Amino acid sequence: MTKENKKIGGVLEGGTSKQYSTGNWRHKKPIWDSKRCVQCMLCYVYCPDNCILVKKNKDGKLVRTETDLEFCKGCGICEKVCPVKCIKMVEEDKE
Amino acid sequence: MKTKKTALNGGEAISYAIKQVDVDVFAMYPITPQTPIIESYANHHNNGEVTTELILVESEHSALSTVIGSAASGARSVTATASQGLMYMYEVLSVASGLRLPIVMPVANRAISAPINIHCDHSDAMACLDQGWMMAFCESAQEAYDMTIFAFKLAEKVSLPIMVCIDGFYTSHNLENLETYEDKVVKKFVGDYKGPYNLLDTKKPISIGALSLPNTFFEIKVELFKAFDDVEKDFLEVSKDFEKTFGKKINFFEEYKVKDAEVVIVVMSSTAQSTKNVIDKLRKERKKVGLLRPILFRPFVYSKYLNTLKKAKEIIVLDRAEGPGSSSPLYKEIKLSVCDNDKKINVTSYVFGLGGRDLFEKDIEELLNGFIKGKPNKEKYLGLKK
Repeated sequence: MTKENKKIGGVLEGGTSKQYSTGNWRHKKPIWDSKRCVQCMLCYVYCPDNCILVKKNKDGKLVRTETDLEFCKGCGICEKVCPVKCIKMVEEDKE
Repeated sequence: MKTKKTALNGGEAISYAIKQVDVDVFAMYPITPQTPIIESYANHHNNGEVTTELILVESEHSALSTVIGSAASGARSVTATASQGLMYMYEVLSVASGLRLPIVMPVANRAISAPINIHCDHSDAMACLDQGWMMAFCESAQEAYDMTIFAFKLAEKVSLPIMVCIDGFYTSHNLENLETYEDKVVKKFVGDYKGPYNLLDTKKPISIGALSLPNTFFEIKVELFKAFDDVEKDFLEVSKDFEKTFGKKINFFEEYKVKDAEVVIVVMSSTAQSTKNVIDKLRKERKKVGLLRPILFRPFVYSKYLNTLKKAKEIIVLDRAEGPGSSSPLYKEIKLSVCDNDKKINVTSYVFGLGGRDLFEKDIEELLNGFIKGKPNKEKYLGLKK
C-alpha cells in the first residue's frame, strides 16, 4: 500500500498489485531451457504469481515464453513441477 | 406525524426500530439477555414484514465478521450481542471500525465471566471502549427505540460503527409502554444505505483490508481517530433532524435538575430512572441535588460536560463496571471533564450492581444524603453484603 492510493479505512483501488514489483524478494531465479521444453504448460498452471508469460505461436497455439522476473518471487515451484527438468533455479547473481 | 402506543420490552423495541428501517442483513447468534432482539426480529421476518436477509451464524465472531462483509458490500447490516458474545467478537471489533463500516450493533449489557452470571452490569461494553466504536447507553425501551433509529443515520454519516447499549433484563426484558412512529417516516428519516464504499461494484473494483506497513499504517489509524473528533458536529446535525422529524431531542447526555444542583450524581442507563425518583423526593425537601446521565459514551464530549458540571460542589459517579488496579471507566471520564476547571470539584467514585445486584432507591437516597450532610459513604462498593 502506498500513501498516494489510500482511501477511507485504508481501502484501495483494484489491481494495485501491479504496482508492487515482488521480483526483488527473490534470491534464486528460474532459468528456462526453451530447447528442452515440451510445452506441457504445467509451470504456467502452477505458478502462484502468474509469471510464466504465454503467447500464440505461428500455428495459433499458446506456448510459454520467458519468465516475468519483475514479479517472480523465486519460489521454485516451476522447477519442481517441470517433467523434463528444463527449469533450473540458480542464485540471482549467477547465470 | 402519527405515533402509536405499543407495549414492548427493550429488546423488542430495538427490533421494532430495525424492522421499520428494514435492514438488508441481520446476522444472528443468540445470547442472553440480547435474545429478545433477534427472537422478535425472526418473528417479523417470518411474518413477511421485512425483506432482510437473516444469516444464522455459528458464533458471535462469525456474526460480526458476516456483517463486516455485508456492510462493505453496500448492505445496511446489523448484529446484536452481549457479554461473552461481545468478548468473542473482540478480535473483529477493530476490523469493523478500521474499515469504517457503519454497523449498528445493539448490546444488552451483561456481566462477564468468571464467575458466570447472566445479569446486568456494564463490564462487557466497558471492555470494548477504545476499539473505534461509538457507544450510546439507553435508559429505557423508548430511548433504545429512538436511539436505534438515530444510530443508523449517525453511523452512516460519520462512517463509524455504533453500539446501542441497554441494561440486560432491566431494559431488555421489562415491558414498557412506548411511543412508536410510522414506518414510512422512519424509513424516510434513515434514507438509503450510505456505505463508505461498495465491494461489489464491479465498475469500480477495490480491495479492502490490504496489508499496511509502517509507511502507511499510522496515517490510516489517525484518520480514524480524527473521525471521532467530527462526531460531535454530525451528532448535533442528526439530532436536529431527529427533533424535526419525531419531535424529540437526543443529546450527548441528559440533565435532570442539574442547573442549580450542588450535589450531582452521574449514572448511566436504567439506574437513572430510580435515581430521578430520589432526586424528586430530595428536591421536595429543598435539597439541591441533580442527575447527569451520559448517553453518548464514545466519543465522550468532554467540553460539554465541564460546562454543565462546573457549578457543582460534589459529583458522585456511579459505575456499573470496575477497572481493577485502575479506576472505574465512567469516573475517569467525569474526572477528566472537570479537572481543567479553576474551582476544585470533588469527584467520588462508587461501583454498584455488578452481576445484577439491585441498587434500591433507598440506597441512592442514603448515598446522596451522606454528601449533603458532609459525611460521604466511605465504602466504594455499594450494596455489598456485610
